[in-house]
Formats: sequence, structure tokens, C-alpha cells
Amino acid sequence: MLNGDRGPRLRAEDVLVRFGGVTALSGVGMDVRGGEILALIGPNGAGKTTLINTISGVYRPAAGRIFLDGREITGRAPDEVARRGVARTFQNVSLFGGMTVLENILVGRHIHMRAGILASGIYWGWGERDELRHREAAERIIDFLEISHIRKAAAGTLPYGLRKRVDLGRALAAEPTVLLLDEPMTGMNREEKEDMVRFILDISDEWAPAIVLIEHDMGVVMDISNRVVVLDHGRKIAEGVPDQIRTNTDVLRAYLGAAPAAVPGAAR
Amino acid sequence: MTVRDAAPATLPALLLAHAETGGARIAIREKEYGIWQSHTWAQSLDRVHALAKGFAQLGFGRGDRLALVGDNRPELYWALLAAQALGGIPVPVYQDATAGELQYAIAHAGARIVVAEDQEQVDKILEVRGQLPAVEHILYKDPKGLRHYAEPGLQSLDGVFALGRESDGAGPLSASLARAAGPGTNGPAAFRALVEGIGPEDVALISYTSGTTGACKGVMLSHRALIETGRSFLQVVPVGPSDEMLAYLPMAWVGDTFFSVVIALLSGAAINCPESVETVRADFREIGPTVTFAPPRIWESLLAQCQVKIENADWLKRGVTRRLVGAAMQEARRTLQGGRSTAADRVRRAVGEPLVFAALRDQLGLRRIRVAITGGAPIAPEVLEFFRGIGVNLTQLYGMTECSTPATVQPGNQVKPDTVGPPIPGVQLRIDETGEVLIASPGLFSGYFHDPAATAEALRDGWLKTGDAGLLDPDGHLVILDRAKDVSHLEDGTVFAPQYVENKLKFSPYIKEAVALGHARPYVAAMVNIDPEVVGNWAQRRQVAYSGYTDLAQNPRVADLVTDEIRRINELLAPELRVRRFVVLHKELDPDDAEITRTRKVRRRFVAEKYAPIIEALYDPAASEIAVRATVRYEDGREAQVSRSLRIYSLDPVGPVPVA
Repeated sequence: MLNGDRGPRLRAEDVLVRFGGVTALSGVGMDVRGGEILALIGPNGAGKTTLINTISGVYRPAAGRIFLDGREITGRAPDEVARRGVARTFQNVSLFGGMTVLENILVGRHIHMRAGILASGIYWGWGERDELRHREAAERIIDFLEISHIRKAAAGTLPYGLRKRVDLGRALAAEPTVLLLDEPMTGMNREEKEDMVRFILDISDEWAPAIVLIEHDMGVVMDISNRVVVLDHGRKIAEGVPDQIRTNTDVLRAYLGAAPAAVPGAAR
Repeated sequence: MTVRDAAPATLPALLLAHAETGGARIAIREKEYGIWQSHTWAQSLDRVHALAKGFAQLGFGRGDRLALVGDNRPELYWALLAAQALGGIPVPVYQDATAGELQYAIAHAGARIVVAEDQEQVDKILEVRGQLPAVEHILYKDPKGLRHYAEPGLQSLDGVFALGRESDGAGPLSASLARAAGPGTNGPAAFRALVEGIGPEDVALISYTSGTTGACKGVMLSHRALIETGRSFLQVVPVGPSDEMLAYLPMAWVGDTFFSVVIALLSGAAINCPESVETVRADFREIGPTVTFAPPRIWESLLAQCQVKIENADWLKRGVTRRLVGAAMQEARRTLQGGRSTAADRVRRAVGEPLVFAALRDQLGLRRIRVAITGGAPIAPEVLEFFRGIGVNLTQLYGMTECSTPATVQPGNQVKPDTVGPPIPGVQLRIDETGEVLIASPGLFSGYFHDPAATAEALRDGWLKTGDAGLLDPDGHLVILDRAKDVSHLEDGTVFAPQYVENKLKFSPYIKEAVALGHARPYVAAMVNIDPEVVGNWAQRRQVAYSGYTDLAQNPRVADLVTDEIRRINELLAPELRVRRFVVLHKELDPDDAEITRTRKVRRRFVAEKYAPIIEALYDPAASEIAVRATVRYEDGREAQVSRSLRIYSLDPVGPVPVA
């Protein structure tokens, strides 16, 4: 599924987003290729989540354009963006608490479900085949994320770390070509973080989607991302490979107000 | 078709016989992607054959060793048989061992091929690869996360299957096969040529013992030893092709090899591999095995699970269940001791069976159980009584790796609670002048691998020294007292078997692990581990806040709970063996810290050294607290210091203390 040199899978150009008088993003652009992990970092309120929301169609940019595999998707509705292969996880895990893990993951497959109300209602024949196909896809994700033991557990009863993993599973179920991960590791202990990092790397290995990762743990960011984009007050202040970002004085100033020796957490 | 004339004498020959006579029956299942995926005997043979050819292509041959590391998976069992079919020796290693432990066994065995389940295991092997010069190939079952590893000799097991299938018509193996088997070298005929090249005296397995005493030893078992022991066992405990077993105990434990490989191949019973370690209980219930063999800790944890459920039920259910189960246990105790069921027992049973017992058995996945056996360590009589009380005919087995697993087993109708049963046919028992149990049987091992000194020490004129102190009762049933070296004396000369006290303590659902002390001391003291799940549940229901294991263990209300439990248990012990003082340890005894073995037996000497200050405090009447600074090793190898002050609890001797 690597798209080789066919250009970036996801491209944002000069994106401008305003909420009333507040300019949340101004002139932000970036490219992400298939198989690449791009980390989006910046202090609180820098506009990271706004950018992801804009890409996934939740916000409509006042100016600028967004492309998916070279085709413009600017201003499309979220469901259409999702159908075109963009999946995401949420900062505040958004699962159906009363539904099982398996059902939540199946929800993630809805964009691939073809059987209508009638066919599903009759079940036998087409509906059955469709359902089996989706169940199998969901089971492969359950196996991949090592959550088989909670397959039938209600999502709302799970501890936070596992809910985050199920949320990731729901996003993966859509078979995305672009995966947007909004702080997948917040509130996790070291062991849970290590697991999550491993899963993100494995996803990158296995399906090579373009991954955009918002994360505050600089150790993780510097470790697993191919490139880093730094936002501050809605502007892009730096972009580069982790080593360049580590020593970039603008980044240090944005994070710490002054320019000390190193980015927090960068030295591990 | 000459193989069927004589009984097959090797494990791969047994596989061949099943594939030929009942090839379409299910041999092994694995739950994967949420579904039980089945493989027939014919398919198993096909996989084993392909793997054998693949291994041969990698240069693996007669006498070579192949290490297996991973959870119970069909592919790993096939690899085991494939290695045997080539005259090679499989060496299963504990899947939860640290890299260092893996390195010891694999290096000692001199394995040329390592079959690892997944990335986790591969990473451990690669970590110590520098010290494994003999390892040429590392084969993995699950490619997840391994795509970008560029390590010489590392490849997928699927690749080896393919290599084996492609090798027909090319390569040195198939040339020799073609000569041996004539035209049409595919399928059973070609495999027959392979198994005709191996004999019953060939070593079929090297099993590394868990070793409570220190470095582990590689026990070599021949096909003949395993098969003859299996046949003897089946004379006492019939298992047939319609039976189902769940393979969920470590493959490195000889008990798993004996049941999941030897008994399965002899009886034709189907093996079921659970989806993952976390799903074992659910998978057990889904399969509803008819035959199961498990060490006491599994039965203890099933019992604890039951007790938690009873505890959490509403008052009516709880009251009825407790009363009926209590009565059933008393009845079981009486009948075990040779008494008879009374009319009242029969009435209670008639009421209890539909109301409680059937439901309990179903909850535990024991609805279809026909043969339930415990072994590997002594079981507390209360656990035995509980299961027998609810209608599970739990029996005991005694044996060890060096005699191919079973030496004695209790026949279903002759269960005496204090014994482990009479020897199985072909096994002779003797108690030597020091009280140690000696075994002679056709199932004795062929020696410790590369350790003739230890072999000579373990064998005396054809008798195996078990290291267990025991005696034979008038009916010829064996009674095991304890490990011979562990049986000691209190200061006043009272005989003290620590394991006996520990098993009583572990009967409490709240106590997971216990170390009883008392050698040359005035009284018995104990260090206990609480069961984090059960006590955690207890704490949650009483809104006792805690942050982690250490915190929970030192909670005063938990201490009260444990004190009450020990007080209750003390009443079951002879007055001089009652626990007078105890401490709840700040950490769980952990095989990673070498405190217990992988099969969860306490390493006494090591524990005595490591916890010397605590033990001293337990015998210091002035001490009520002891500060500990412990180094805790995490799974990822990091170490951290924990400092904590442990309370020491004293129990007034319960009941009248005999005045000497």
C-alpha cells in the first residue's frame, strides 16, 4: 500500500481557521506520505487539534486547501472525508460505552458496509456474507491490538488505557490511508505508553498509512516520528526531522519562554 | 501397512497411525480471530511433514536440538513432532522466562534452531544471541512487528513450511526419501520413510526442570519412556478419541508434553489451544474439556474465583450456596476417609445438584469434566474436598519429569486424601532407609543432558531418587510428606513440613502465596502474599482505597482480614504447628526475582537469604515492625528501590496450649 513517489498522501496548504475574532490557525501547511509518522507538537492552544479537526472536516477553513492523494477535500463533510480513507482517534475517547469492544470496532467499519436495511434485515445471503466479512476484519484488528480477552466486554467498563486502544481499533477498522491520532498516550503509565508506541509502529509497518500524531511526551515523539511539525499560536514555527527540532531555538522558546539547553524530555 | 501390525513405538509414528486410520477427525484446535479453528489428524500430519522437510532443508538432522518458546500453539506442537520425525530433539522452554533464563537452557541444550512464537520471544532471543553460538536459525510464528528485522537466520515459520513443501523433488532429503519410499513420495508414505528412520530409544524430549535448588537440568526422555508411561497411565485413567483437553499450561512443563502430546497421540483425544493467556478461563468454559490436568495453583484459583462469586452474590444465594457447599465438603471429607454417605447427604445432594452444584461446575467450565487430575505439587485437602463436593472427581497424581510425569495416580474410585495413590502399572516404589521415595519404571529418563555427574547422583541401581520424603500406606498408596531436604524440626523437635502449613494457608482465597518458617525455631511463623485480585475485590466492596499491591498489602484492614484467616486456618493445624507470627510481604514472590520457580514452588534457601532481616524480626519478640528496602525488577529489566516498613502481626495461640 506504499504510494511510493506519487506525492504526499495528505497535504495541507496555507490553512486559515478563525473562530470569531480568534485566529486558530494561520497559513499552516504540511505534507505526509504513506508509511510516514508525522508528529504534530506545540504548547497547549497551539492549534494542533484544530488542524486535525480541519483535515477530518469538522471545521471548514476560511482559506487554504487540503488534498488527499492529490484530490482536494477542502470543506467536505466529515463522513465523506472518512469515506475517502481518513480515520482518527479522539483526545477524549469516544466509544459507545454500552456496546462491546467488538461492536465498537464494527462501528468503525460502517463506511465499508454495503448491505442496506433490507438485505441486513433478511440476513441470509448477501447480508450474511457482508457481516461475516466485517466480523473477520474486526477480529483481525482485535488480534493485532491484543484485546481478544475483552472482545465481549462493554467498552464503558474498561480502564482508560484499554479504552484508548479500542478507540485506535475503531479507527483502524475503517482501513484508513490517513490515520490521525490525537494524544493517544495521555494519562497512560510508562508500560501502557510502551505498548501504544509498539502498536503505532506495527500499524505503520503493516499497513503504511500516513500517520499524524499529536503527542506531548517528547521522548515518544523524538523516538518514533519521521518528521515533526511544531505549531505555536496557530502558526507553524518549525518543521524537520527530530534531531533538527531538538535543537531549534524557536521551538525551545515556544515551549519554555527562553532558550535553554534542550527540549524537555529530548534527552532520555 | 506394516506399521499397524506392531504398536507404533515413536510419537511421530503414532501421528502417522492416526492420520491413516482416522485422518478426518479433529486433532487440534486453536481459537484465533474469535473462532475455534480446527485441524484434523491428516492436516496435522501434513503440517508436521512439511515442517520436517523444511527443517531438514535448514540442515537440521539426527540428534540436533530445536528449542521451542511460546504459548501453546498448534505450530509449536507440530514443530515438536517434526523435529522428532527427523531424529532431532525438541527442547521446550518456559515462555515467560527472562532472556537470561532462555539463554541458559538454549545454550546448554546447544539448540541449532529456535522456534519462537512472536516478536516478544524473538526479542528475548536476539538480546542474548551473542551467547548462543549454536543457534543458526530463529523461526517465528507471528510476523507482527518483525517485518523490518534484518537478523541473519531469522525467518518466518511459514517460510519453512513453504521451503518444506517446495523441497519435493529437490534437495538431499527428498532424494533419500525417494529411495526409501519408492515412487509417490508425497503424503503418508514419505512420512513413513521418515519415521522408520527413528527408534523408540531415541531421545524424544529434553525437558528443563524448574529446579527449586538452583540451576536447572535437562532431563532426556526417550520415545519408549514416554509412550510406555502413557500406556500405563491410560490403563488406570481411560482417555479416548472423543475426549477434549485444553492445552494451556506452559509447553516447557513436562505435564503439558505428557498430556497434550503423549496422551493425545495415544488416545486420539483432541487438543485445544486457547486464544491468549488472558482468555484461558473463557476458552476453558467454551470448550468444556472432558479431561484436564492442572497443578494445584490452578484448582486453587478456580476455587478462589468461585468464592469471590459466592461472596458477591445476594444474601439468599450466598446463604444457600454456602450451606450446601459446606455440607457437600463435609460429605466429601467423610467419604474420602472411608465413611459412607448418609440419607441426609443424599437429600442435600438431590437439592444441591440442580440448585448450586451444576451451576458452579458450569461457571467453572467443568460441566463435561470426566477426568480431573491435580499434580506437580501437593494440594490442600480442602481444595480436593470442595471439587469432589460439587461433583468433580478430582484425583491426585504424583510424579516428576525424570519418570516421564506420572508415577502414581489415584484411580477415580480409590481416593484417599492423604495419599497420591498407588503406582501405575510397571512402576515400582520403594522407601529407602532415610525415608526418601525411590522409583523404578520403564519411564525413567535416559540421563541429564551433558551432566553425567548429576545423572549418577539421581539414579541408584536403576532406582530414581525423587528427593521427596514419603511412606507407603498398608494399601500400597504413596504418602508424600514434603521435599526430603525441607522436612525439618522446630526447636523442641516437632517435625515440621513447611509445605504442609503453606498449603493450609493457601486454602484461604485471600492468601496467594505463603512461606512457612520454623526450622530450629521456637514456633512457626509465616510470610504471606495476598491475592491481589481477590483482596482487591474485597477492598473495593468495602471502599478501602489503595494505590497498588504494596499499599494494599500493608493496609490495616487487610491485615485484620488476613489475621482472621490465619486464626481460622490455625484451628486446622496441630497446636504446635500453628502460625504465631506473620508478615504480609510488600511484594509478590516472583519467578523473575528467582524467589519461586516458573512452576510456582518456593525456592526456600534463596528466600531465607533474601528475607533474612524479616525472618529475624519474626522471631524477635521485641520487633513489631521491620523496614525493608527492596530492589524490584520490572518486566523491561529496569530496577527500582522500594522502601517500606512492614508490620509484624502476632496471633495469640488459639485454644488451649499444651503444656509440655
